[in-house]
Amino acid sequence: MDQQIVTQLVKIVGKKGVLTSPEDLAVYSYDGTFEECNPDVVVLPESTDQVSQVVKLAAKERIPIVTRGMASGLAAASVPFSGGIALVMTRMDKVVELDLENAIVHVEAGIVTADLQTHVEKNGLFYPPDPSSIRHSTIGGNIACNAGGPRCLKYGVTGDYVLGLTVVLADGSILKTGGKVIKDVVGYDLKSLFTGSEGTLGIITEALLKLTAKPKYARTALVEFSNIEDASKTVNEILLAGIVPATLELMDQTAIHCIEEAMHIGLPKDVAAFLLIESDGVELETTTQEIESISKICEKTGATKISLATDESERANLWKARRSISPSLARLSPNKLGEDITVPRSAIPEAVKRLKAISQKYGLPIVIFGHAGDGNLHPNILFDKRDPEQMKTVELMVAEEFEVALALGGTLSGEHGVGTLKRPYMEKALGEVSVGIQKKIKQVLDPLNILNPGKVIPD
Amino acid sequence: MPFDKIIKIPNENVYLNCIRCGLCLAVCPTYREYKNETDSPRGRVALARKSLEDELILSPNLVEQMYSCLDCLACNDICPVGIKPADIAMEMRHVAEQVKPTGWKNTLFGKVIANPDHLELVTWPLRVYENLGLRWLVHKLRINKLFPEQLRDLESMLPKQPKKPLRKALPLISHSTNESKYRVGFFLGCAQSLMFSEESAATVRVLNRNGCTVITPKETVCCGMPAAGYGRQDLVIEHAKVNIEIFEREELDVIVTDCATCGSKLREYGDILENDPVWSEKARNFSNKIHDISEFLMAIPLEKPSGKFDARITYHDPCHLRRAQNVWKEPRALMQMIDGVEYVEMPEADWCCGSAGSQLITHYETSTHVLDRKMENLKSTGAEIIASGCPGCQMQLMTGIQREGLNIKVMHPIQLLDQAYKSQDKEE
Ligand SMILES: Cc1cc2nc3c(=O)[nH]c(=O)nc-3n(C[C@H](O)[C@H](O)[C@H](O)COP(=O)(O)OP(=O)(O)OC[C@H]3O[C@@H](n4cnc5c(N)ncnc54)[C@H](O)[C@@H]3O)c2cc1C
Ligand code: SF4
Ligand code: SF4
Repeated sequence: MDQQIVTQLVKIVGKKGVLTSPEDLAVYSYDGTFEECNPDVVVLPESTDQVSQVVKLAAKERIPIVTRGMASGLAAASVPFSGGIALVMTRMDKVVELDLENAIVHVEAGIVTADLQTHVEKNGLFYPPDPSSIRHSTIGGNIACNAGGPRCLKYGVTGDYVLGLTVVLADGSILKTGGKVIKDVVGYDLKSLFTGSEGTLGIITEALLKLTAKPKYARTALVEFSNIEDASKTVNEILLAGIVPATLELMDQTAIHCIEEAMHIGLPKDVAAFLLIESDGVELETTTQEIESISKICEKTGATKISLATDESERANLWKARRSISPSLARLSPNKLGEDITVPRSAIPEAVKRLKAISQKYGLPIVIFGHAGDGNLHPNILFDKRDPEQMKTVELMVAEEFEVALALGGTLSGEHGVGTLKRPYMEKALGEVSVGIQKKIKQVLDPLNILNPGKVIPD
Repeated sequence: MPFDKIIKIPNENVYLNCIRCGLCLAVCPTYREYKNETDSPRGRVALARKSLEDELILSPNLVEQMYSCLDCLACNDICPVGIKPADIAMEMRHVAEQVKPTGWKNTLFGKVIANPDHLELVTWPLRVYENLGLRWLVHKLRINKLFPEQLRDLESMLPKQPKKPLRKALPLISHSTNESKYRVGFFLGCAQSLMFSEESAATVRVLNRNGCTVITPKETVCCGMPAAGYGRQDLVIEHAKVNIEIFEREELDVIVTDCATCGSKLREYGDILENDPVWSEKARNFSNKIHDISEFLMAIPLEKPSGKFDARITYHDPCHLRRAQNVWKEPRALMQMIDGVEYVEMPEADWCCGSAGSQLITHYETSTHVLDRKMENLKSTGAEIIASGCPGCQMQLMTGIQREGLNIKVMHPIQLLDQAYKSQDKEE
C-alpha cells in the first residue's frame, strides 16, 4: 500500500488504528471459511466520523473497502479478495444509549452481540436474536447478514429488531435511516435494504434496536428418535397444533456424536436423531403446560425418550452443546462445508431424505442439524481439502444440495448469506429480473464499486 | 520445511484443523483488550501455521505475538475442535529459541532460577526481584526504562520478606501429629519458599494435623514453568528428570503442592517424557501422584475445624489450577467448610488476572488492563479477603489492590483453614 495513503489513514484514525505488518495482514485474510486473501492495510476506526473520512479517502483513491466484524462469517463475505482496506469494526463497541422507557438500545456496530445481550438483560430487557456465533460475532455483522438463530422461530430474525441505522455510504456521506418509532412509512424502507447487504451497499456504524421484556421461565426438552424422518415430521405436528415454541432444533446422530466428543456431557451416541425444544414465557404455568403438550405430541410421533432439563445448568449445557455442533464437526475430518438451505417447513422430511441420498451417491458424509422449526437446515459435508478428488466431489454435492432446496420451493441460504461462496448460484435462485434490479441498486449506491467488490451480486 | 536447522516443531495436526470459527476470541483476555485479531488465539494459530508452512518468516514481530499470550488456557478450554492455541504459542516460543538461541536464557533459567541456593541469597525485596530473575528480564529484554508507575507496581508485587526461606526452615520429615495414614511428598515451589513461606508452613501444619507424614526434599529444582515460558522446553526436560528422581527415592502415596503453577507443570512431566523409553513410565507415575493441596485435602477424611474465621471472602481461580488441573470446586468447598466464612463468588472468577509469570514487566500495558478488569470484579463482591492458591496470581492481585488503594487481603485458601484450626486450639 502506498505510504502516502497509510500516512493519511493514520491522520484519520491514529497510529494504533492502522496496521500494515505482514503478520497483521495475514490474520485479517480470513473468515470462518477456508478462503483467504490478504488486505493491503487494516484500519480499525473508533467513530462514524472516522469511517466517513476513511471512505472518502478510499473513494478518491479508488481503493476497495471490505468491512469486517469478528469474521465468523461462513460465506467468505469479509475475505478481501481484491485487497484494499480491511475496515474492522471491533473497536466501535459502545452502548450509546439504553432507553428503558421505550425499550430501545442504541449501539455501535462493532459490539459483540453477547455483550449487548448481557448489557440489556442486566436492565431487565431482552434482545432475542441468538445466532450460535453470538459470542464471536458483532451486531454489525449480524445486521449485514440478517443473522438468525434457534430462537428466531418464535421471535424473528435480526432484521425484525432493527429500528434504525447509521450507514456510511460509498462517497463517505452519513445516512441516518429509521428511528425510535415502531411504525414508520415515510419513504422507502432503507434500513431493510442495508440489512442483509453484506457490506456491499454501505458501512453500518450504529444501530437502534428494539428490545422486549425478558421471558421469565424456560423449559427445555431433549427428545430422542430412532430415525431422523420421525423427528422431522414431529416438527410439523407441533407447529400444526398451534404451538410455537421458542426453539425447535434438529440434530442427527453424527452431530451428537461430535459434541459428545467435544464436551462429554453424557449425551447418548447411539440415537438416530434429536429435537431440542424450548418453551418460554412470562408465567411458569403456561410454559410448563406448553412443554407438556409438546411432549405428548412427541410421544405420538414416535419419540423413544423425552428428557426435561431439571435445572438452569443442565439447560445451559444443552444449549452450549447445540452451539458447538458446527465447529466440533472438525473433529471428524479436516474440513467441512456447511450450507444453510431453507425449505418450507412441510418439506423438511423430504429435504432430509434427499440430502441423505446425495451423501450416499457421492460417498462423503453429510451431517444434518439446524433450525428445523423454520425450515432452515445445516447440511455439512465432511471432507479433506488436501485430496483434490474430494474437493471436486464436494462442489458437485453442494450444487445438488442447492437443487434440492430450490426444487422444494426453498432458498440457498437462510442466514449465512451469499458472500463469495454462493454467488455463482444467485441467478438460478432468484431469476434474471431480480438479479437485474439488484445490480442497479448496487450501481446507484456504489457507482465506483469499492464496497466489498465481487461479493453477493454477480458481475 | 522452512527451517534449515533440524529442530523440534509442532506437528501439523495440532493446528491444521482450526476451522477459524472465532469462538476462542470470546474468552481471550488479550483479544478482549485490543479487539485486534493479531492478539487473538485464532490469530496466533494462523501465524504459527503460516510461519511453519513458510508463508511468513519467523520475524521478531511474529514471535512477539506468541509472547504476548498470557497462557491463561481459556482458548484451549473452549475450542470445540480440540485445538490448543495456548500450547501452540508456547511451542512457537520454543521454535524461535531453537532457531535463534538467546544465551542469557540459558544462564537465567538453566542456572540462576533452577537452583534454589542461588535464589535464596535474599535479604531485601530488590534482591528478590533480582534473584527471581526479574532484573535480568528487564535488562535482557532491553526494557531499559521502566515507567515510574511500573516500578511502583513491581515493588508492591513483592510480599513482605520471610526471615529465611522455608526450604531452609522445614525439616525433611514433618511427622503427623496423630496416627499417620499417608506418606505425602511436598513439592515446595521456589516462590512459595522464598516469598510465601507462611502459606507453605500452613500447608505442612494442616497436612500433619490430618494424618499425613510430610516429606519435603530440599534438592528439588524449579518445576520448569519459567523456562517453558521463555521457550526453553529443553531445560524443562532436565528439570523434570531431576525432580522425578528425587521423589522416586521416597515411598510416597501422593505428592502435594500448594502452588498452582508448579502443580500444572509437574502434572505435565508424564506427557513431556512420554516418548523417552527410560523415563516415560517413571514420569507418568510421578505426574499421576501430583495433587493440589485443596484437591488432596478434600479427598481424605478432613477434620472439620470447630474454630471460626469471620470474614467475607471471595476466590480467584488461578488459570493453571482451574483449567490446567480442573481443580476449582475443592478450594471453594474447603473455605466454605469453615464457620464464620461468608463466601461470595466473584464475577468472572476464572478470568485471567494478567500475571502470567512476568507479564507485568514484559507486557505492562496489557497486564495492567487485564488486572483492572479483575479489580472491578473484586470490588463488586465487597470481600475483605481474596483467596487464591498461586503465588503469581497473589502477587498480581496485591499489585492491583495497591494500585487502587483497596483494603483487601490476599491469602492462600490453606491459610484460612490453618487459622480456623488455630482458633479452635486456642478455645480448647
Ligand atoms: C460456529 C458458528 C456458528 C454460526 N451460527 C450462526 C447462526 O446460528 N445464525 C447465523 O445467522 N449465522 C451464524 N454464523 C455465521 C456468522 O456468525 C454470522 O453471519 C454473523 O452475523 C457474522 O458476524 P461477524 O461480525 O462475524 O461478521 P463478519 O464475518 O466479519 O462479516 C460478515 C459480513 O458482514 C459484513 N459486515 C460486517 N460488519 C459490517 C458492518 N458494520 N457494516 C456493513 N457490513 C458489515 C462483512 O463485510 C461481511 O460481508 C455462525 C458462524 C459460526 C462460525
Ligand atoms: S482455535 Fe478452535 S475456537 Fe479458535 S478459531 Fe480455531 S477452531 Fe475455532
Ligand atoms: S492462552 Fe489466554 S491469552 Fe493466550 S491466546 Fe489463549 S485465551 Fe488468549
